[in-house]
Amino acid sequence: MDSFIQFFSTNYNMITIVILSIFLGIEVISRVPSVLHTPLMSGANAIHGVVIIGAIIVMLNANSSDIPVMILGFLAVLLGTLNVVGGFVVTDRMLQMFKKKKTK
Amino acid sequence: MQDLLLKLCYLIGSVTFIVGLKMLSHPDTAKKGNLVAAFGMTIAIIGTLFLYYTGDLSDKIINLIWIFIALIIGTIMGTVAAKKVQMTAMPQMVSLFNGMGGACAAIISIVEFKHLMHEGSADLNNLTAMTILVGLVIGTVSFFGSMIAFGKLNGNINDKTLPMQQVVNIGLMAFIVILIVCIMTGMIASPVILFYVLLGVAALYGVLFVMPIGGADMPVVISLLNSFTGVAAACGGFLYGNPVMLTGGILVGSAGTILTILMCKAMNRSLTNVIVGAFGGNKAGGAAQEVGGAYKEISLSDTAVLMAYSKKVVIVPGYGLAVAQAQHICHELEKVLEEKEVDVKYAIHPVAGRMPGHMNVLLAEADVPYEKLLEMEEINPEFAQTDVVLILGANDVVNPAAKNDPASPIYGMPILEVENATHVIVNKRSMKPGYAGIENALFYQPKTSMLFGDAKKVLQDLVSELKGM
Repeated sequence: MDSFIQFFSTNYNMITIVILSIFLGIEVISRVPSVLHTPLMSGANAIHGVVIIGAIIVMLNANSSDIPVMILGFLAVLLGTLNVVGGFVVTDRMLQMFKKKKTK
Repeated sequence: MQDLLLKLCYLIGSVTFIVGLKMLSHPDTAKKGNLVAAFGMTIAIIGTLFLYYTGDLSDKIINLIWIFIALIIGTIMGTVAAKKVQMTAMPQMVSLFNGMGGACAAIISIVEFKHLMHEGSADLNNLTAMTILVGLVIGTVSFFGSMIAFGKLNGNINDKTLPMQQVVNIGLMAFIVILIVCIMTGMIASPVILFYVLLGVAALYGVLFVMPIGGADMPVVISLLNSFTGVAAACGGFLYGNPVMLTGGILVGSAGTILTILMCKAMNRSLTNVIVGAFGGNKAGGAAQEVGGAYKEISLSDTAVLMAYSKKVVIVPGYGLAVAQAQHICHELEKVLEEKEVDVKYAIHPVAGRMPGHMNVLLAEADVPYEKLLEMEEINPEFAQTDVVLILGANDVVNPAAKNDPASPIYGMPILEVENATHVIVNKRSMKPGYAGIENALFYQPKTSMLFGDAKKVLQDLVSELKGM
């Protein structure tokens, strides 16, 4: 119980963020027309590419002589970039089609 | 000061993600929303690059060089892949990129675990360790699951179901939990070995989780894996106390879960059903109603005549249309018919194609006006007044077995009630069953005629036939 209370008080901010984000996510998506499901999924896919920040932190914390960690970190940054860039570009391509039609 | 700037970057990142997602949910603002989120991501990444390290950044010059190399390679590869991909292959692409994110999260966990062990802190019974382990498991499952989903949609991997698949999956899941507990409490052997066992088991679970799922359930799985990766990213956020990773990850995690549930609802299936019960794969062959008999074919010119003299034509697009890249010629057909004063509408089933909204995107590409695309609830009552329904490479979404055959694996899924129309013309390449692998009794009904051939070719011929009339 003590450890739980301690955990709660030290991580109070993060817990708040988590809970509010959960509700935000639900709220935001509940009103989406089904037309936009695919682009939205793709957009959300790009957003979780934010994990790349963790990968960059890994690289920055690494000792550059620690080859295995450097290799893993490099891979992580590469994969994260693919997720972010690919995700946003694919979404943009999908939405391009909606826009083209709109301007007519 | 540096710290303050970094926090500001992260705040901008979090806010743009929320605003971006919100804007993505309206057709008018969607494109801008995507760019807003991308902008926020760039700010957050640049902030981390230059502001995170509190010491002298020139000490880390080698690390920075490698980071930039990875960023550049990733950007080029990602852009090229995303630009080159065909509209039909979009779902696979999303799945692929999703897997990359999962792998990234898993690698972070591996490095941090090494780090933890290196410090010699034998005490793993804390939340840091748990976050690392959970991040590892979810990231790994997401990566392997996404790769399998990618392979399946790409046609490289077929549905396979192990005997006792459900028992195996549940067993694996239990094993994962036990392993995590063992590592954290320091029971049995060295935690390092257990850690890699955990990695292996999670990988196996990811593969087995997606392997038996086939047919119409694939979009649900991709959406689910998408939210998994979100949670994995959030684990990283917790680990580093990084607010932007936390918001981004959780936001996607919860939004993805809701999206998954929405999709399940559209198909009238429960999420547990999708996850636990294999679709398509090993359904009891004898249980489903026998379908068969004679079907009749219709010639192109007959089709043209029939359509030209109709009052109302409803086009039902499906995956076949996407494969044939026939969306432009389909729009052409619609225009030719409109000139002949035929009322043309499109009936869009929520899960037509391989992903919800797949058909909308495809037809929007061909400039088909929004108001012509009707959703299932709107169009279903209209079929009774429809003269001709033209089905272009759709199958499961018009299968009457979903309504009247309780033994069918798709029983209960709402369908487009095309059989209420006067004539039904089905364009398919062959009599082969659709993605879910189920025979379709609709094709054998008296009012149904088959028009075999590639959708694009058939539509081109149909248009020239109509123009010549």
